[in-house]
Amino acid sequence: MARALGLANLLDHQVGGRRNLIINGAMQVAQRGTSETGITTADYYTVDRFKLDFSSLGTWTMDQADVTDLPGFAHSVKLTCTSAKTSLDAGNFGLIATLIEGQDLQHLKKGTSSAESFTISFYVKSNKTGTYVLEVGDHDNAYRHISKSFTINASGTWEYKTITFEGDTTGVLDNDNDSGLGLVFWLAAGSTFSGDPLQTSWDSYNGTSRATGNVNLADQVDNYLQITGLQMELGETATPFEHRSYGEELALCQRYYEICAVMFNGDGVGAADFIIPLKVTKRTTPTATNTGTTGSYSYNWTFSSISSINNDMTVRGVSSSGAYRAHRYGITLDAEL
Amino acid sequence: MQDKINITSAQYIQSEFDDSPSNIKAIIDGMEMFVPIEPANRHYAEIMRQVEAGELTIEPADEQPTEGA
Repeated sequence: MARALGLANLLDHQVGGRRNLIINGAMQVAQRGTSETGITTADYYTVDRFKLDFSSLGTWTMDQADVTDLPGFAHSVKLTCTSAKTSLDAGNFGLIATLIEGQDLQHLKKGTSSAESFTISFYVKSNKTGTYVLEVGDHDNAYRHISKSFTINASGTWEYKTITFEGDTTGVLDNDNDSGLGLVFWLAAGSTFSGDPLQTSWDSYNGTSRATGNVNLADQVDNYLQITGLQMELGETATPFEHRSYGEELALCQRYYEICAVMFNGDGVGAADFIIPLKVTKRTTPTATNTGTTGSYSYNWTFSSISSINNDMTVRGVSSSGAYRAHRYGITLDAEL
Repeated sequence: MQDKINITSAQYIQSEFDDSPSNIKAIIDGMEMFVPIEPANRHYAEIMRQVEAGELTIEPADEQPTEGA
């Protein structure tokens, strides 16, 4: 029966083209690094496309953790509490989210009478059993949102979850490169986000119904949550995880974040501009950061400025006097949602 | 949720080609970043949010020497 339903789902929605709307769902790519400690605030830290957000919820480590006990997967994203928040104040919260561009979600037909249901599936593991909330939020329509709970039944064991969200007939997603929908896994939620019953159908924003019932994963040091195999697909049935090659996944991630370098090398004194093509055209004009000297060249060039567009950047260096002039700088480009 | 990015300074950088600012040099979370003037960029959006909230001022660009002067 399940196989028949899966086949029907494929025939209805998913023949031809990619099924999984999530980038880096197998947590293969971690351009920023594989481990970050001391996290207390919002940002992207390790595994690409997955953003953390906290409000006074202790301290956390985010790892791209190796997986050895779940056949078919080599990596996961792992969040570990390193400083606890045993009793939540109203505004305390923690979450891990991934955001999807509106132009990549048009086939959901959101905001129309023929809006499509979609199903989110994933593997999850934690030492803390109990109820967790997965929320989907609409960033184009005053954050309409829907939340569904799931249960982690056994400590320290990978569990497979599938959750179907009905289509939303209200609120068309903009066909653009900004955030359309966001998937939010809640780690903890104070009463500001949990005072009312969980909003399990699409509706307008109600902050106190976003994460009602979620455990407080921050209540004890060494509590952890691991996720991998995250898939979001059209229809009401989860199909097997769509594995993509590392190279494919990396290129998809580089639309949002890229690491590169520039080498200044030349005689004379003065300024010089270098145009560097980017590996992947960015979602929007990225923020460029000079991350400092890399490699063994650090002679008599000063990094001056960077200006970028979606598919290349211009870097200016200033050469000072010196017998030898060569300098290599690292640069990151951030076009994340 | 809204980004709560720690921005300690921001200054326009003048374009090499005309008098318009090309981007903003900002210290964000302790790093020097070059932020484009682009509403879809999350750092620019946060800079403008903090400016509108009166929490941040963008300093004008340094004066550039006039060519041939």
